[in-house]
Amino acid sequence: MTRRHDVKHYPGLGPLVALFFVYLYAPLAIVVIYSFNANRIVGVWTGFSLEWYASALNNRALMNALKTSLTVAGVATVVATTIALLAALAIIRGRNVRFRKLSETVVNLPLLLPEIVLAVASLIFFSLIGLQNGMMKLIIAHSAFCTPFAFLPIRARLQGMSLDFEEASADLYASRWTTFRRVTLPLIFPGVFSGAMLAFLISMDDFITSNLLSTGGTTTLPVYIFSLIRSGTSPELNAIGTLLIVASLILATVALAVAARGARNND
Amino acid sequence: MNEAKAVEVRSVSKSFGTYQALRSVSFDIGANEFFTMLGPSGCGKTTLLRMLAGFETPDSGSIRLHGREVLDLPPHRRRVNTVFQNYALFPHMTLEQNVAFGLENLGWDRARIRARVGEMLERVHMETMARRRPGQLSGGQRQRVALARALAPDPEVLLLDEPLSALDLKLRQAMRDELRKLQRDSGITFVFVTHDQEEALDMSDRIAVLGAGEVQQIGSPTEIYEEPANRFVADFVGETNFFDVEVLETVAGQATVRTPFGLVITAPETGVAGRRRATLSVRPEKVNLGDQAQGVTMQGQVVNKNYMGGYTHYTLDIGGIELRASRRNASREGDAIAAGETVNVGFAPLSARVLAS
Amino acid sequence: MSDSALHNPPLDRPHRPRPWHNLPFWGLLPTWVLMGFALLVPVVIVAAVSVATRGTHGGFTWDFNLASYRQILFNEGWTGEMEFTPQYLMIIARTFVLAGATTLICLIFAVPVAYFIARQTAGTKAVLIYLVTLPFWVSMILRVYAWMIILGRGGPLPRFLESFGLPPGTSFMFNDFATLTAMVYTYMPLMVLPVFASIEKLDVTLIEAAHDLYANRWTTVRKVILPLTAPGIVSGAILVFVPSLGAVLEPTLMGGGKQMMMGSLIQLQFGGGRNWPFGAAIAMTLMCFVVIFLIFTAHRAARKGDVA
Repeated sequence: MTRRHDVKHYPGLGPLVALFFVYLYAPLAIVVIYSFNANRIVGVWTGFSLEWYASALNNRALMNALKTSLTVAGVATVVATTIALLAALAIIRGRNVRFRKLSETVVNLPLLLPEIVLAVASLIFFSLIGLQNGMMKLIIAHSAFCTPFAFLPIRARLQGMSLDFEEASADLYASRWTTFRRVTLPLIFPGVFSGAMLAFLISMDDFITSNLLSTGGTTTLPVYIFSLIRSGTSPELNAIGTLLIVASLILATVALAVAARGARNND
Repeated sequence: MNEAKAVEVRSVSKSFGTYQALRSVSFDIGANEFFTMLGPSGCGKTTLLRMLAGFETPDSGSIRLHGREVLDLPPHRRRVNTVFQNYALFPHMTLEQNVAFGLENLGWDRARIRARVGEMLERVHMETMARRRPGQLSGGQRQRVALARALAPDPEVLLLDEPLSALDLKLRQAMRDELRKLQRDSGITFVFVTHDQEEALDMSDRIAVLGAGEVQQIGSPTEIYEEPANRFVADFVGETNFFDVEVLETVAGQATVRTPFGLVITAPETGVAGRRRATLSVRPEKVNLGDQAQGVTMQGQVVNKNYMGGYTHYTLDIGGIELRASRRNASREGDAIAAGETVNVGFAPLSARVLAS
Repeated sequence: MSDSALHNPPLDRPHRPRPWHNLPFWGLLPTWVLMGFALLVPVVIVAAVSVATRGTHGGFTWDFNLASYRQILFNEGWTGEMEFTPQYLMIIARTFVLAGATTLICLIFAVPVAYFIARQTAGTKAVLIYLVTLPFWVSMILRVYAWMIILGRGGPLPRFLESFGLPPGTSFMFNDFATLTAMVYTYMPLMVLPVFASIEKLDVTLIEAAHDLYANRWTTVRKVILPLTAPGIVSGAILVFVPSLGAVLEPTLMGGGKQMMMGSLIQLQFGGGRNWPFGAAIAMTLMCFVVIFLIFTAHRAARKGDVA
């Protein structure tokens, strides 16, 4: 009755949105449910079982892939976040920056171009200069395409932050370095944190580049999963998928919570 | 009043959660009237206006526009237009397109729309900017376009939601005169919402003072100011001095009361009959000082003095009771009373009011 | 410290070298080095390889040759005659149709969902946006894999439809529909978020004003809500369309070997080391499409910005 003339209310929208969320989560739920299936054939439910988790956790190849992924993502996150932070400071806070617009485009370039093109480019380039180290290749390529993901939240935070704080700090006799350390960095930290989390996620998730660049010893997790999928769906794959889904959701929740809290505290 | 009724509000109530915004409000608005709903924020005036427009539905009660019940009509079926507080001009449309929007939705043909848009923009002196967008206009210009847009479909009632509050002081004064003129020329019923008493007194044919979700008083600007119905109205509209008094006698709208200065005076009353305690309201400009003091006179000491240019406000101490007076600075030498001086203080009992506490 | 020292420190400040006196240069140097090394130079090399000559055992030689681009349209016979072949054009067309359809479907769902979320109270809004974002954090390959299970033989969807008379053993996999399904699912959040950001900024009194001026709900959507959310819709379309054009995983896993898109075709040329110059030529073609699309949208946005 009270909603009758609420012109901002569109009837039927609620059920549509409910359906939308079912659509978003049902596929993930199905992977999770099937991971507890005792039967070797994915589609046929014969009973509850945890055996596929045991076999996933004992899978050496999987653990190696996980280790490779974590190493690459860890290093790439540090490199990308550092470079992004420096670039954001220069672009937003620098005075008389030559090529400001161009530099910003270059930072964001990996977002603008299809990843497969960049992957092919790195593959050809690394093979031409004779770079053999698989880990090195992955780290360089990952650092490059993770940089814009780290850059955007830092840039947004820095731009949203008034210069007044830094000027007040300088007015109170702080050197530029002290100002950066005690004022700027703490204030933009939520941005830096979000950026680093995004970079880490994007690196962990990457398939296209890693698939082209990885060699025998340096298979990343998505590449390994891809090979499992190729050899046919199996309940063990569902167990691995479930573990990864749970890990991602926990990580995402923590990251979003920290970012949200930081945003609240500082505003 | 013999005119047709444009709006009839009958026992309208509305709560938001536990907060009761309107408690059984009833009143009528005559056709061609400039009617103002005045009150502090949260008094329910905006809720009422939104109900007339159709954006809110009352929990109970009824609303009629020109005799027709409208509660079942959604906003786009009511021949009522609104000038929004922030104007709500569509930023992606030119002024022309903004003004034409309502006419298009009413299904007017193109030639008629073009003629009407031109006429309306001319009437608000914006015809040269027809192709601009709202983002390129000043506040006053936006205000004019919003008026043109709302008046173009020739609504039965025009609703104005604090339309002047976003303008600066000088512009506000000019727009008041313009609004009043537009209302007289168009003959459309205006329902104006404001918290600014000066605006209300200046423009309205009648004012409804709202407070705490109820209509406190309805009347002409003079009635509202000079004959407030209760303490709330006297306090909200204009400045005043309040004194707790003891009622000795009430006869034919006059109450004889004992004031805290010890004097017994007889002044017009509202709603005091049968009560022992009441409030005496005396407006500062009705209090005269020095040799101008007449009526009820006392001695008082000037404790504070605020020079305001056109006026000077005095705070006086009369035997431990504080009284504020204000005096027009009619000449340069007019402001001759110094702080600390003891002067004669007086007011005419007829210009004071005895109100229920 | 003496009193005078305390009062005078600013005096010698200007003479001291300021540690960050060249922030723009040192701040941007690492970016240029990394991007130059990992991206700019390699892309130029891809351009060069695309006009190089294919070697006999994979690989290539640096002889200028447009054969790779010709190969997109023509099949070269044994005697050197050129015969028009539509097979790669089909792949390019499929790429555009699937990417366009993905963008459109995402848009159709994103607008009402984003509108609904934007109308909620602050707390609910935060929770719903969190729920929209969350699946995006799950690895893309797993999200595609989930649809392989759902659509595949014996999966939930065929089984469900089998109870309505679909012949048993049906699979919905390995066709363009399957690829599209996975693409819409993987890119949906990229559309919802910018559209939401745009709708959230929409002043609700504009919607009321539209209704006040006799517009019904549909007119309001068409004339007020959609035009004012155009910036969000455009950025959402870019965020979905560009990666869709370069999709690799979805066509490879869902479309099977035959229903290729440009991304999977490129991958194929390099995966087995089969034909680098041809792969490079396709990659350059794809990049040109993307760059043209981006320049086009940026140009339109700039023109609109001038008027507004």
